[in-house]
Amino acid sequence: MAKQVTIDAKGMHYTPLNQQIRKAIEDGIDEIVVDNVLGQRFIGNGLRGNTIIRVNGVAGGDLAMFMSGPTVIVSGNAEHAPGNTMDSGKVVIHGSAGDAVAHSMRGGKVFVRGDIGYRGGIHMKQYETQRPILVVGGSAQTFLGEYMAGGLLLVLGLDGVMKAREIGSGIHGGEIVIRGDVDEACLAAGAKKLPLTDEDRARIAPVIREFAADFGLDPEPLVNADYTRIVPASARPFAGKYTWE
Amino acid sequence: MCGIFGVMDKRRQMMDGSGIREALSMMNERGSGEGAGYVAYGIYPDYRDCYALHVFFDKACESKAVIDATLEQWGTIEHDEAIPTCDQPGLRVNCTPWRYFFRPDASLAPGSATPEKDVVTNLVMQINAGANGAEVVSSGKNVGVFKSGGAGSWPEAVADYYRIQDYEGYIWLAHNRYATNRPELWERPDPFNLHDWSVVENGKTTTYGANRRYVESFGYNCSTGTDSEVIAYLIDLLVRKHGLDINLAIRALAPPYWDEIDRMPEAEQNLNRALRFAYGSATMNGPFTVVAANPDMMVGFTDRGKLRPMVVGECGDRLYIASEETAIRAMEPNVESIARPAAGEPVIGRVAP
Repeated sequence: MAKQVTIDAKGMHYTPLNQQIRKAIEDGIDEIVVDNVLGQRFIGNGLRGNTIIRVNGVAGGDLAMFMSGPTVIVSGNAEHAPGNTMDSGKVVIHGSAGDAVAHSMRGGKVFVRGDIGYRGGIHMKQYETQRPILVVGGSAQTFLGEYMAGGLLLVLGLDGVMKAREIGSGIHGGEIVIRGDVDEACLAAGAKKLPLTDEDRARIAPVIREFAADFGLDPEPLVNADYTRIVPASARPFAGKYTWE
Repeated sequence: MCGIFGVMDKRRQMMDGSGIREALSMMNERGSGEGAGYVAYGIYPDYRDCYALHVFFDKACESKAVIDATLEQWGTIEHDEAIPTCDQPGLRVNCTPWRYFFRPDASLAPGSATPEKDVVTNLVMQINAGANGAEVVSSGKNVGVFKSGGAGSWPEAVADYYRIQDYEGYIWLAHNRYATNRPELWERPDPFNLHDWSVVENGKTTTYGANRRYVESFGYNCSTGTDSEVIAYLIDLLVRKHGLDINLAIRALAPPYWDEIDRMPEAEQNLNRALRFAYGSATMNGPFTVVAANPDMMVGFTDRGKLRPMVVGECGDRLYIASEETAIRAMEPNVESIARPAAGEPVIGRVAP
C-alpha cells in the first residue's frame, strides 16, 4: 500500500520544510502532501526517486531545481524558475508561473496550465536521450526560448493571444512549437519559422495528450490544431556579433 | 535582488504597519539584512498641513542647532521631536532619527507655481549636500520614511525599531535591501522621498550617471549615490515641474524600444519619438522594478526587458504591487486577482478624490 504523509507548512521557513520532505523520502513515503505553502523556496530541490509531492498553495522560487525523478504537483501558482536545471521527473503547475520557467532545464517535463512570465525555457538543453519538455497552457512572454540549446517548448495559447516578442533570441538548438501562426516580427534574429510536418505532429501528440490528461482538457482539438514551429536559423547565432573575420 | 512591496487603499482606509512588516518579511531571501525601510502616507493627521521632515543626525548635539537655524531661515518649525524608537538586538544604531513639522515660507520662492515645494526642495538639497552630519530622508506632508542600514537591518528589526505598527497610513511602500555598496549608511536604503514622491526600487539602473547628470542640471543634488534618489527627483521634475501626466512621465523613463515605436499608428509614433528625443537623458536602462507613490496615487513599472519581477494584486479597495506574489498573500490571503503586467505596462492606482 502506498504510504502517504501530510506536512503543514503554515508559517514554516523553507529550510525545515525541505528537511521534512527529504526525511519523508528517506522513510520511503510514496506521496507527500504539503499544505498551506506560501512562497517557500526550493521545494523538491535535488530530490531523487519517484515520490509524488503535492504542493497546496503558492510555490516559491526555484521549485524542483536539480530534481531527478519525483513528480511535483502545485495547486496554485509558482514564483520564478520552476524546473531550474531539472534533470528528470515532472512538475505540474495548475496556476501560472513567474519569469525564467524551466531555466537551464536538462530533462523531464514542466507543465504549466496558466501563463508563464518572461524568458520561459531560457537555455533549455539536451544531450543524447535527455530531452526536456516545457508545455504552457496559457501564454508566454517575451524572450521565450532565449539561448535555447535543446528540448521542446510548446505553447498552447488556450486563454488568448500571446504577446511574446523576441521569440528564440539566441536559440541554437531545440524547438519552440506555438499553436496558431506567429508573426515574423515577433521572432528574434537567429530564429526561423517552419511549418509543422506530420512527423513533427506525431512527435508532439503524446505530449499534448499527457498535458490534456493532467488538466482535464479535451486533447483531440489540440492535437489537430495548426502549429508554428520555430527552430534555430544557425548553430552559431552570434558568430558575427563579437568577432570579425 | 531586493524585495519591494506597496499597498494602497483607494478610499483612504488606514492600515497600520504590522501587515506591511509581515509582507516584507516574506521576501527576506531577497535581502542581505543590511538595509530595509518603510514609507507611509497619512500618518501625521495632527500636522497634516506641515511638511514632515525626517532627519538623521550623526550627532544630534552638534548638528541639530545648525539644522534648526537653517529651517528657521526658510520657514517656521511648528514642532520637533525625536522619532520614537525601540532598540533591537543586533541592529546597530549610528544616528539619531528626528522629525520636524515645518511650514515653509512661500514668499522665498517668488514666481513659482509650487513655492512651498520649491522651498522644501532647496532646503533638502542644501542640508543633504552639506557636511553637517544631517541627512533629510523624507520631507512631505503627512508622510514619513522609516529606514536603516548596516548589519542587522532585516525588515522585522527595522519595523520594530521604528514601531511602525503604531502608524496608520493609506499608502505604504516597503523595501528589503540586498546591499551591493556602502551597506552601513542609514540614509542609503530605499525608500527615497522628496516631499510628495516616494520611491522603492528593485534593481540597478545602468544609466545612473546619465540620469543623475540630467536631473542635477535642473538643480537637484544627488548626495547618496542611489538609483531611487535619482528616480524620485526625475519623477518630481517630470510631473511637478514639466507638468507631464504620470503615464507620460513613466513612458519617458521607460520608453518602448524604437522597433516597437516603428510599428505604432502614426500619431502614437510621433508622441513616442518626441518623448524619447526630449527625455533621452532621463531614460532608464538596466534591470529595475520601481514602485512610487505620492499622496494621490501608487504606480509600478519595470524595465523594458523585464529583468526584475513585478506582481500586482487587487482586493476590494486595495491595490498591491510586490516582487513576489506571496508577499501580497501574506497580507491579503483572499486576494481577488493576481497579475504579472508586461514590461512597458505601468500599473497606476489612484486614490478616490
